[in-house]
Amino acid sequence: MTTTTTTPPVGHVIPISTRKSQTLYGSVLIGVGLLIFLLFGLDTEAGVTTTFGMNLVGSEAVTIPNIIVPSQATVFLMAAVAVFIGAFHLSRGIRSLGVVLGVIALTFIIAFLTWAAQDKSFNLTGMISSSFVRATPIALAALCGVVSERAGVINIGIEGIMLLSAQVAVVTATVTQNLWIGLLMAILAGALIAALHAFLVIRFKVDQIVSGVAINIVGAGTTSFIGSRFLERATDTLNNSGTFPIIKIPLLSKIPVLGPTLFENNIIVYLMVFLVIALHLMLFKTPWGLRTRAVGEHPKAADTLGVNVHLVRYVNVIIGGMIAGIGGAYFTIGSVGRFDEIMTAGKGFIGLAAMIFGKWNPIGAFASSLIFGFADSLQVKLQILRVPIPSEFLLMAPYIVTMIILTGVVGRAIPPAADGQPYEK
Amino acid sequence: MTQTATVKAAKPKGIGGGTLGQALLVPALAVLSGLILGAIFIFAIGENVLTAYSALFRGSFGSLPALIEGIRAYFSTGENQALLRAIYPFTESLVTATPYILTGLSVAVGFRCGLFNIGAEGQFFIGALCSAFVGYSIRGLPAFIHLPLAILGGALGGAVWGMIPGYLKARFGAHEVVNTIMMNWIAFRLSDWLLNGPMQASGFRPVTPNIQPTAELPRFFADPLRFNWGFVLALVMAYIVYWFLFKTTLGFEIRSVGANPDAARYAGMNIVKNFVFVMALAGGLAGMAGSAQVLGVDHWVGQGFAAGYGFDAIALALVGKSHPFGVVLAALLFGFLRSGATEMQSMAGIPIDIISIIQGLIIIFIAAPAIIRWIYRIPTIKTEETVLTRGWGS
Amino acid sequence: MTNVLELRGITKRFPGVLANDKVDITLREGKILALLGENGAGKTTLMNILYGLYKPDEGQIFVRGQEVDIQGPNDAIARGIGMVHQHFMLVPVMTVTENVMLGVEPTKNGVFLDYDKVADRIREISDQYGLEVDPHAYIKDLPVGIQQRVEIIKVLYRQADILILDEPTAVLTPQEVEGLFKILQTLIDKGKSIIFITHKLKEVMNVADDITVLRLGRIVGSIDPKDATPEILASMMVGRDVNLVVMKQPAKPGEAVLKVDNLYVRDERKNMTVNGVSFDVCKGEVLGIAGVQGNGQTELVYALTGLLPVESGEIYLSGKAIHKATPREILEHGVAHIPEDRQRHGLILSFPIYDNMMLCTYYEAPFAKGVSLQEQTIHSNAQTLVKQYDVRTPNIYVNASALSGGNQQKVIVAREFSRPIQLLIASQPTRGLDVGSIEYIHNQIIKKRDEGTGVLLVSSELDEILALSDRIAVMYKGQIMDVLDAKNANKENLGLLMAGVHPSESTQQEERLP
Repeated sequence: MTTTTTTPPVGHVIPISTRKSQTLYGSVLIGVGLLIFLLFGLDTEAGVTTTFGMNLVGSEAVTIPNIIVPSQATVFLMAAVAVFIGAFHLSRGIRSLGVVLGVIALTFIIAFLTWAAQDKSFNLTGMISSSFVRATPIALAALCGVVSERAGVINIGIEGIMLLSAQVAVVTATVTQNLWIGLLMAILAGALIAALHAFLVIRFKVDQIVSGVAINIVGAGTTSFIGSRFLERATDTLNNSGTFPIIKIPLLSKIPVLGPTLFENNIIVYLMVFLVIALHLMLFKTPWGLRTRAVGEHPKAADTLGVNVHLVRYVNVIIGGMIAGIGGAYFTIGSVGRFDEIMTAGKGFIGLAAMIFGKWNPIGAFASSLIFGFADSLQVKLQILRVPIPSEFLLMAPYIVTMIILTGVVGRAIPPAADGQPYEK
Repeated sequence: MTQTATVKAAKPKGIGGGTLGQALLVPALAVLSGLILGAIFIFAIGENVLTAYSALFRGSFGSLPALIEGIRAYFSTGENQALLRAIYPFTESLVTATPYILTGLSVAVGFRCGLFNIGAEGQFFIGALCSAFVGYSIRGLPAFIHLPLAILGGALGGAVWGMIPGYLKARFGAHEVVNTIMMNWIAFRLSDWLLNGPMQASGFRPVTPNIQPTAELPRFFADPLRFNWGFVLALVMAYIVYWFLFKTTLGFEIRSVGANPDAARYAGMNIVKNFVFVMALAGGLAGMAGSAQVLGVDHWVGQGFAAGYGFDAIALALVGKSHPFGVVLAALLFGFLRSGATEMQSMAGIPIDIISIIQGLIIIFIAAPAIIRWIYRIPTIKTEETVLTRGWGS
Repeated sequence: MTNVLELRGITKRFPGVLANDKVDITLREGKILALLGENGAGKTTLMNILYGLYKPDEGQIFVRGQEVDIQGPNDAIARGIGMVHQHFMLVPVMTVTENVMLGVEPTKNGVFLDYDKVADRIREISDQYGLEVDPHAYIKDLPVGIQQRVEIIKVLYRQADILILDEPTAVLTPQEVEGLFKILQTLIDKGKSIIFITHKLKEVMNVADDITVLRLGRIVGSIDPKDATPEILASMMVGRDVNLVVMKQPAKPGEAVLKVDNLYVRDERKNMTVNGVSFDVCKGEVLGIAGVQGNGQTELVYALTGLLPVESGEIYLSGKAIHKATPREILEHGVAHIPEDRQRHGLILSFPIYDNMMLCTYYEAPFAKGVSLQEQTIHSNAQTLVKQYDVRTPNIYVNASALSGGNQQKVIVAREFSRPIQLLIASQPTRGLDVGSIEYIHNQIIKKRDEGTGVLLVSSELDEILALSDRIAVMYKGQIMDVLDAKNANKENLGLLMAGVHPSESTQQEERLP
């Protein structure tokens, strides 16, 4: 069959009929406004203020005054804004759907935070900075997915790879008393496991999802096995590595809010940012990127032009594994300095959701990871604030958000055309 | 959408399905290879393979001398204690196998429809909680009503938990792999809250109250043997699922949707309804597994209740080639393995997680029969391999 | 006159089939060699060997007198061999430039892609050979005829002077075919040599300098176009005398069984591909819908069978409105559908034949009692149908995947014809089939017509349309250009309609034809 029908580019989201969409989102926005009013507005005491702390202790940034707002008024304001913009969209329509979604998110979050921290103080910069850091492993997982799937290979085993690299990183770092060796070994471990996945999937045509699930099972089993058999008995000699120090970039770290967020982090976070930019450039502006994308969309076409499809897939999956290895290292030598059972807690899968939401683009995946990082950091902060929602429900938040995003977007976001299909000559 | 491959003029020989022997050969060899690799692993960490594997065997089946001794004691003195102790390992293996049968069926049913149900774990837990709730909160009902009601409660809870990702897939095309995994994590958090809150028995431990005696699945022998009617329930469900899949029109639809959703639509079948129905059915089966565990074995639910059944179930479904009878065989195997592994852990100090490793390896071998054929030099038979999943698209 | 290319004794085996059997081919420099053969004759395999995608089991290849061993496409390209494939090897979401430079990308600073250099070279080639194309256009936005030009540019960019074109006219209107032949002449004038693979014997005589015929993997013979006639070529291709005309009585049409009124349909990507279509099909007649693939025929058929929703407009089946009906309801009202993609829609390849034989009616008697399947009845039904329709299979228990294309199609036909039908929709029913199967299917279609069934035939093969139809409608860009009586239709006027030329504009041209 010759391709005569049109194919949308990767990541294109098919719009649902505009009239229906307008009504839908307009009503949702109004509903959100009402929800804000009922849930938060009515529960906010009059006369109290919410203080949004803007400064982080220990940071180089220039101190700026905290933002203090009257709690009740702010919440009502958010409700009003949501209802107003909702009505506007319903009747006149706003061109950019992103703006509408942004308004929904912003008004709800601002109202929620103001309500949750009424008569108390809430460190906003702290939360923004924490979101960025918590987004790191998710972004790395998402980048691994992007690199692999752009060449047409699905890698569901990112979770397993991250678990194993996390353990390898902390153990080797403890034994050698050298964090860099830990990082290196984590990257190596990621590469090896990914190579196994590629081997199974390309050479033996194992179903890509089954192979990924198997890697997750083996990863969880092996790390728990080694954890209980070896690490528990010998914490100091095997499971105590310390963590990478925070590196503050001079001058840039002085910027309020952005300084502590972007320029006062450890090497793994900086690596992540570098990888996002580097991968984006490589994917769209280099021969490697062109061949990768061709192999992921139409491997036969690439084959007939002499591109070695299998080689491209091997290379990409392994590079992805190395990136996932860095992501795994974050959990241990980049964060707490020891390995706990199943410490990745599903972040590998959340990374995949970020990849899909980001339309298989490095920068898009990074932006989506920020959202997930925010949800992650939110539930921690809220526990500190002792918000009257049981902590278990807060912990559910990242997973529910993932499901909502996946459902809302993936049905209409287009993966690379040959994604998930083994290539046969 | 997947692209079709052009069929070359080659006419592959081979009868659809192959003989039973051929169908069993690859899974059997896969299990064997997994065990061999496990042995290598044990050897690599410095333990004695023989001690380990004999502990494994004793834990699964019991020891022959003990059995003979028990029979002799029973026939000479009429006292059954020794006999019961001798058959304890064997019956425990059957008890362990029971939830495996049901969760394996759950995943297998999903596979038949082209759906990857990784949510068996969460569905199991929710089903257990629902069953326990019906079991402990309702008093004064006679057993022949209370017990089925409790089982039904569990099945319904699991069905709802499975139906949600099923609906999201059917209606929006959202991939069930990530969604069922998310549902698992949500289930764990939800159960954390329930066990520390509304469903907590008096006291400090996060456990539910014990269920009423009228909701218990009767046991065959006296304590401490836990072998109960749950095993029979599981076998009965296996047969029902077999009859349903292969002898009914609904089962034909499910299998068609799984084999070729485009052709199924062409033939007039409703894909959306089938997806939702199958996920509900799969969830119900996993929920029933939770029920069987609560009502027959533990009689209460605590944290960590689900402990790995979900992922094990995937291995079972694959080893059993998604056929109910294959799943039963595979579940028995895994049940015996896991039961023996507890003995291996206490006697030989091998952490029980090694079973997970062996299972992961078995999955890989099953999913790539080509590997087994390559290792053991078996010629390829041209039987149709089931396509298990289809990437992200709906 | 040198032989720029020679293949001697090429043999290639695949499991269960001998695709090429001691094949000898000679291409003279600056000439067009037509390689003729029906589907499955081994032409594409042979060219894939030449292009390095397969290795031959036996035989030698000589390029300009020197023996060569072609390791892969890169090697073939290095030797000046370029291939334009039957199914385009273009990545739809990439631009013309990206597709052309894939695999031989020039870089600035050794790292970044140099798009401009490639775009300039593309423009040069366009001017030199008359292959107009916009280097920055996305392939998915280009019409098929232009996409083919990109394929040719790809090959010229790599400095090929031996060009292989595999079934290039399959997706072109008759006018586009003429345009292609002009381009081929330009290529020859600039010193290229061309191998032209096709199964369409009529066009071969217009363009070829030499003709070689392949049948079942073997060379049947070579013939000079001056001495060739369609009958001679056909019998060389098939090995026996072939009836090029389907024997049929004139139609006796009754009342309308299908009425389509102002139909609009969106395809899976939400583009409006059927743009206001109205027509009737009467009992006892064959209405052929002609047109190049991609002009909405596929979506029209899907809408008629309930597989795609109808945006607006109406469809009536013997007076009953079915535009909102489900596929099952349409089926139950006596519509049979032979789908254009038999492996995707028509069969479940991993199911045995007996299951495929009742795929559409499994849920009612006699195949089911309530929810319970009646195995005995299912099996005996399959046995009967297999015999009746001469399906070549060892038994009814094998999976459908074990059958050849022609026999798979027979299973579909058997199944569809075994229930009472008032309308038959046949979409590309003989695509990819051997001549024997094609004859069989054509006869079955005419038989149904004579029994009083209305037949809607959708095909991009004009010969098939002309042979079977009583009336012919032409679809272009989702609209019906015109409906003609078969006796007034010929390739020329149909071709103009297929290219979007309105009947009023074409009447001047018709008057000039003899």
